[in-house]
Amino acid sequence: MRSTGILGALSRRMLIGGAVVLGMAASFSTNALAAPKTGAVIGMAVEPGGLDPTIGAQVMIGQVTWQNIFEGLTTIDKAGKVQPQLAESWTISPDGLTYTFKLRQGVTFHNGVAFDSSVAKFTIDRARGADSANPQKRYFASIASVETPDPATLILTLSRPTGSLLYWLGWPASVMVEPKSAADNKVTPVGTGPFKFVNWAKGSKVDLAKNPDYWNKAVSVKLDTASFRFIGDPQAQAAALKAGDVDAFPEFGAPELVKSFEGDKKLSTVIGNTELKVVAGMNNTRKPFSDKKVRQALMMAVDRATVVEGAWSGYGTPIGSHYTPNDRGYKDLTGTWPYDAAKAKALLAEAGYPNGFSFTMKAPQMAYAQRSSQILQAMFAEIGVTMNIETTEFPAKWVADVLKAADYDMTIVAHAEPMDIDIYARDPYYFNYKNPAFNDLLAKVEATSDAAEQDKLYGEAQTILANDVPALFLFVMPKLGIWDAKLKGLWENEPIPSNVLTEVHWEE
Amino acid sequence: MIAILIRRIASLIITLLVVSLLIFVVMDLLPGDPASVMLGTSASPETLAALQKQLGLDQPLPVRYLAWLAGVFRGDLGQSYTYGVPVAGLMAERLAVTLPLALMAVVMSVGLAIPLGVAAARRRNGVVDHLIGLVSYIGIAVPAFWVGLLLIIAFSTMLGWMPAGGFPGWDAGVFEGLKALVLPAVALALPQAGVLTRVARTAVIEVMGEDFVRTARAKGLSESLAVWRHAVPNALVPVVTMLGMQFTFLIAGAVLVENVFNLPGLGRLAYQALSQRDLIVMQDVVLFFAALVIVVNFLVDLAYLAIDPRLRTAV
Repeated sequence: MRSTGILGALSRRMLIGGAVVLGMAASFSTNALAAPKTGAVIGMAVEPGGLDPTIGAQVMIGQVTWQNIFEGLTTIDKAGKVQPQLAESWTISPDGLTYTFKLRQGVTFHNGVAFDSSVAKFTIDRARGADSANPQKRYFASIASVETPDPATLILTLSRPTGSLLYWLGWPASVMVEPKSAADNKVTPVGTGPFKFVNWAKGSKVDLAKNPDYWNKAVSVKLDTASFRFIGDPQAQAAALKAGDVDAFPEFGAPELVKSFEGDKKLSTVIGNTELKVVAGMNNTRKPFSDKKVRQALMMAVDRATVVEGAWSGYGTPIGSHYTPNDRGYKDLTGTWPYDAAKAKALLAEAGYPNGFSFTMKAPQMAYAQRSSQILQAMFAEIGVTMNIETTEFPAKWVADVLKAADYDMTIVAHAEPMDIDIYARDPYYFNYKNPAFNDLLAKVEATSDAAEQDKLYGEAQTILANDVPALFLFVMPKLGIWDAKLKGLWENEPIPSNVLTEVHWEE
Repeated sequence: MIAILIRRIASLIITLLVVSLLIFVVMDLLPGDPASVMLGTSASPETLAALQKQLGLDQPLPVRYLAWLAGVFRGDLGQSYTYGVPVAGLMAERLAVTLPLALMAVVMSVGLAIPLGVAAARRRNGVVDHLIGLVSYIGIAVPAFWVGLLLIIAFSTMLGWMPAGGFPGWDAGVFEGLKALVLPAVALALPQAGVLTRVARTAVIEVMGEDFVRTARAKGLSESLAVWRHAVPNALVPVVTMLGMQFTFLIAGAVLVENVFNLPGLGRLAYQALSQRDLIVMQDVVLFFAALVIVVNFLVDLAYLAIDPRLRTAV
């Protein structure tokens, strides 16, 4: 009978389908699971694109590789201070133009290549060269020449004093790479760090294993294996933590879910600071934002505490300038233009806008940006200013429209780079803010290598920004760390975007 | 029959070429480029230009299109801008997740829908029919990603029976792999099953009124045999049609469900590539999806020929 034949054919097809699934599955070998408690699974919201921090800007690249796989001449510790790493020590000439580094001996890369001055020269020349794709190439701009008198000595000669050079050399973008493996670091990173790259299951996780030949015998690395697992959806992040699939989420994505972990004895909630400054940048050459009084009035219309409450469930620290409490020489300037709607309205009238005005906010799709925008919209309405919100896809469209073309009135974004107050001195930059006095101050910071003097200058620079309000300075994002209560050694704060695993261990 | 096949295959190829051109142009019209996404907020224009040159993005549009197309014909899908690895390998890794997921979802939805549809049809307007109707309407109404979230809360967070998401990889074992796919497949299958149940019910009711079913009953077959051996096979054409059409929704659903369950599948790859502006990956994945939909529709047409012999002689 034909009809049974068809049913038969249908089930045959299902059988074949099932066989394909099983066949595919069976063709992969089975591996024993790693022994528990010497491994850690760290959750991250976004997978990095590539694993080479010297050619990609995404903070996620550093959060996987910096200090775990790759190390620099200098490093930045959990307090945000510069420390020696592959450079044991250094001397700076009195004019601040010659840096002589004494390099550590006996350091090898994961592929066995020895680290010496020629490798350091290769790394620095690659970063500052004509076809460099280093995202922080500007940090190497003052290096005029690189000399290697012997394998343990590296001399950098500068064209102008650069007071932040040692700090910048500690960044993920400045890590040491060796010539043979450099081109493939994007996929198979090879560094000098305590962990070796093992495998990258794209879309899922990156696996690392302890480097048995790690040079730094002063630290004892406890983890044998570590995995970074990428989970985008906040609900899925919470589920993975509660189910124990992930041991730690150092930057948990949804503040509104943090309360749901309270009372869970297995997990600890650790709230620290990041360098993520949430600021609502304004186009300082476009009317009416070209008028300082208008910007100041808008700043006074904003109650930062309410923004933090609404946008990030009350976690986060209000800021009065483009600077975080983590940063050296921080001044609390939130009182410069304290929230006062009546005064804001009066100042707006003084600037010639008694009936307010209307403009468009280009807000990225991220939750913090959308929520902050909606709160700002309500606050501006109180002083008669109408703000229309236009959602702008981040990063691609935002980078094209706002960052590159500066075609916007106001936008809102979290600036991730530590100590990046100098963006207000850059020209061109999307704020279109120009203040020679501010630029002078930052030039002075670079001209001196006296830390106290630099801190004082940073303080003055913060004050100028707080007064001029080139952007509405809102708050610093907290680091919402949620991890297994027995897992120790993760950084509480994040003076530089990272997940340093060197000291991570399980408590008995 | 052969002539029909040749004509269909020719139109299939032309459709794919047109689709490839459309995909390429649309991707190029998207604001933003991969180089500036990779370099972030600090890069200078010179650095950007250097990277664009390295990625070959400085070439004019027609050159890039032809180079891509020529590559696809040779089986070379290009290199991902962000991952820096060949796209073909990237897609193969992802297919090893999405294909089993989609197959499981199809098997589940058919396995649910046909018995339910038949049961509803046999007790038309009875309590069972109304109950099945209610359940299938709920299935149609709720989006797959939401079902997914509920499943995670119930089976992972509360009961702890299933992983909350993620994929251990097939090298962790077949069982572990399949286990990770069960909840997502259920989430994908339920809305599909809802639609298919309705279609199966209507089709079976229609066929059950036909003369040959009455004849089957008249010659003494039991009601069950009459339904399963005579009515159901003849009701399959609309079910298969719907299955073919639903396939597009299955792919769209996979993008969302893979994100909710954090599965490294093809749908999630497409989503990530879009946000990173990894244009070459986007082009390849979308072309693959388009080809898949076109080929599945082609196979559905062939399935008609298998199910209904009358169509084989028709021109």
